[in-house]
Amino acid sequence: MPATVNKQTACYHCGEDCGEVKIVLAEKQFCCEGCKTVYQILNDHGLCDYYDLNNNPGKNLRQSIRKNKFAFLDDEKIAGQLISFRNEEQTHISFYLPHIHCSSCLYLIEHLHKIHPGIVRTTVNFSRKEADIIFNHKKISLREVAELLTRIGYEPYISLNQLKEKKPRLPRTMIYQLGIAGFCFVNIMLMSFPEYLGLKNIETSLLHTFRYLNLALSVPVLIFSAQPFYESAWKSLQHRFLNIDAPIVLAIWVTFFRSVFEVLTNTGSGYFDSFSGIVFFMLIGRVLQDKTYQELSFDRDYTSYFPIAVTVLKDDQEVPMALPDIQPGQTLLIHNEELVPADGILTRGKAFIDYSFVTGESLPVLKEVGEIIYAGGKQTGGNMELLVVKEVSQSYLTRLWNQPNNQPTEEKGISFVHLLSRYFTYIVLTIASLTALYWWANDPVRIWPAVTAVLIIACPCALLLSSTFTNGNILRILGRNKFYLRNAQAIEDIATIDHIVFDKTGTLTTTQLHDIIYEGEPLSKSAQESIAALAAQSGHPLSKALARHFGRNSLIVQGFHEKTGRGIEGLINGDLYALGSQQFITGKNTHPGGTRVYVSREGKLLGFFSFRNHYRNAVNDLLQDLQSDFELSVISGDNASERSTLRNLAGKKTTLLFNQQPADKSEYVRQLKDHQKRVMMVGDGLNDAIAMRESHIGIAMAEDCNTFTPASDGILESAQLGKLNRFIRLCRANKQIILASFMMSIVYNIIGLYFAVQGNLSPMVAAILMPSSSISIIGLTYGSTNLVARWLKL
Amino acid sequence: MSVIILLLLASIFVAAIFLAGFIWSVKSGQYDDDYSPPVRMLFDDKPSQESSKK
Repeated sequence: MPATVNKQTACYHCGEDCGEVKIVLAEKQFCCEGCKTVYQILNDHGLCDYYDLNNNPGKNLRQSIRKNKFAFLDDEKIAGQLISFRNEEQTHISFYLPHIHCSSCLYLIEHLHKIHPGIVRTTVNFSRKEADIIFNHKKISLREVAELLTRIGYEPYISLNQLKEKKPRLPRTMIYQLGIAGFCFVNIMLMSFPEYLGLKNIETSLLHTFRYLNLALSVPVLIFSAQPFYESAWKSLQHRFLNIDAPIVLAIWVTFFRSVFEVLTNTGSGYFDSFSGIVFFMLIGRVLQDKTYQELSFDRDYTSYFPIAVTVLKDDQEVPMALPDIQPGQTLLIHNEELVPADGILTRGKAFIDYSFVTGESLPVLKEVGEIIYAGGKQTGGNMELLVVKEVSQSYLTRLWNQPNNQPTEEKGISFVHLLSRYFTYIVLTIASLTALYWWANDPVRIWPAVTAVLIIACPCALLLSSTFTNGNILRILGRNKFYLRNAQAIEDIATIDHIVFDKTGTLTTTQLHDIIYEGEPLSKSAQESIAALAAQSGHPLSKALARHFGRNSLIVQGFHEKTGRGIEGLINGDLYALGSQQFITGKNTHPGGTRVYVSREGKLLGFFSFRNHYRNAVNDLLQDLQSDFELSVISGDNASERSTLRNLAGKKTTLLFNQQPADKSEYVRQLKDHQKRVMMVGDGLNDAIAMRESHIGIAMAEDCNTFTPASDGILESAQLGKLNRFIRLCRANKQIILASFMMSIVYNIIGLYFAVQGNLSPMVAAILMPSSSISIIGLTYGSTNLVARWLKL
Repeated sequence: MSVIILLLLASIFVAAIFLAGFIWSVKSGQYDDDYSPPVRMLFDDKPSQESSKK
């Protein structure tokens, strides 16, 4: 491999192959003018450290961004909704910059003030890929700031979503609660030492001081730190469901009030240390489990994809307008590579719409003037004009999204931990009442201490600890493997599934590669090169794939002519070559299914290339392996031309469905659910989003984690698809690990109960039992999850 | 014995200062982004180059 790498010259800016055309500046090679320009800007402002920190950190700028793309930022109304603060001198704005990926990015963006004096300060939040920019709006306008960022390769991503309320910052309350619980716990421990060590002969006044200080330190734990448990328990009681937090709150209160009682009546020192310790440990577990990935968003809806503003044609003037203000009857100017935001009729230009986003069909569709174009498609061939027939909120895509039965269902699974804790609580209450009964008969004075001791010891906190720590660690292991789950409940949902539905396009196949097969008259070397040169002239995905298939060369194409959606032709070395649809080349239309590109020379048909989606390398092994444990379905928006290929890959039992619209996919998932299946849906685009929401667990695939994924329960980096079977196994191990550590905690409980039923649980025993059981449970869960992960080679 | 109580109060006071420090650090957003700050401090500003150009 190194030999081939050496032959190419990598662009100094973006690292891509420079090809034959040499663009050289200061002994550095660039792949395109765009990259060179960025280098010039940085060089002029002494920012070339950008290139020293990382090799080729830039973004390829071969595709230039249209000049007035950010014109809408001049509109006061739109801008006002984006900026967070403004006074006489300064404006504060936060931009989402998807390209931020390394320390070079950080360096460059934070030194923006060197490029333009109007920028006052820039602060990057790396994990959220956001830059907070403060600029002097007398020297530079908001639009110019956005254009400046775009010029150096960091185009801000501004979507309709940002018009809604600002997303709340990460909640920090639990961190405060944890800090305070830790502080109180440690100090109470410290002051309980005399008691542990049995220093009976110390002054009673001193002993009292210790006890009252402990009492005082416990109050914040009870009132502030334990709040998450109260909230959760209260919520569950309102729903008439006893979750694990209810018995925990009971145990916490019993422990606290018995301790207060002991201190006030001067009969003992109470269990403040155990009380605060258990709250502290349980909070750690919660924080670990709830640690979500801030940089990922699991709740995207269509508004995150739609642009914030579009260009409206008014009296032949291009006016930027905020998307919600678009009215039927207006004419929109849709530029190349822009999303169609509302249903409309094509009035001018050629529409070549890429609906992969909505339907999953990987190839663009040609639309003629007068045809209706539905929202969600992406224009790929030049500019077009569109007469809006429906408001954005009424358009096809939006309605699809907002269908009442597509709203997320709340009946997602209830953790087995809660069910387990319920049995546990019943057993504990039985033991407590038996103890009460026994002492009532024998020594009524000891009922109270014995019963409270039973309740204190038998708190299901061990169960909570084992589940939160196991979940937390599994989330961490999965995250390390680029599989990000929304929350801990998703682990259990994954463990219970028995049917997996895969989307085909973009999920099992990759959109970046095609398998190309040629049929027809054999092509000579020169003919191949000519076809490659011709294909390289066009931006159509099939042409690009052909050009890539044959490799780059430096042949010159004369008289190049493209008929959007039909084909291309041009003169190479005096021969007229044409590439395109059957209709375009032969004038006939006999082959409906499958994707073919016909080729002719001097009007004579040579043959055709058929295109197959390229399946990801791991797909074969993955599907073979999953077959033994799960029922599988492959569902596709494409036509059925690949049925046989897919059948070989997926095996006999797998259900294959083609020509499925988004609503069909969701309907299919619903049918599976009606047959009592637990369904996992693995998809990629917005076209699968509804089905993903309908399923028990929806996994979104992303080429890398910067790309946008629809709402889902988990995001999987596409290169890791082959590990999906092992991910599911790890999630299944979750339950066993929790049960095992729970069994161990029961052993501790039995020891504790042995003391408790006798009514003589000394603070010393409680103080040893509580931390040792907690810490050994934490150790066991961490150790065993890591062991399972290593065994699964994750 | 009052010495012990004095020490006790002093130790809790010191611990409380650390608690306050912790709360302040969380509040000021120091844990929000754990990548930028350690990298940011390594960037060199090159004032010499800037001024020599001007």
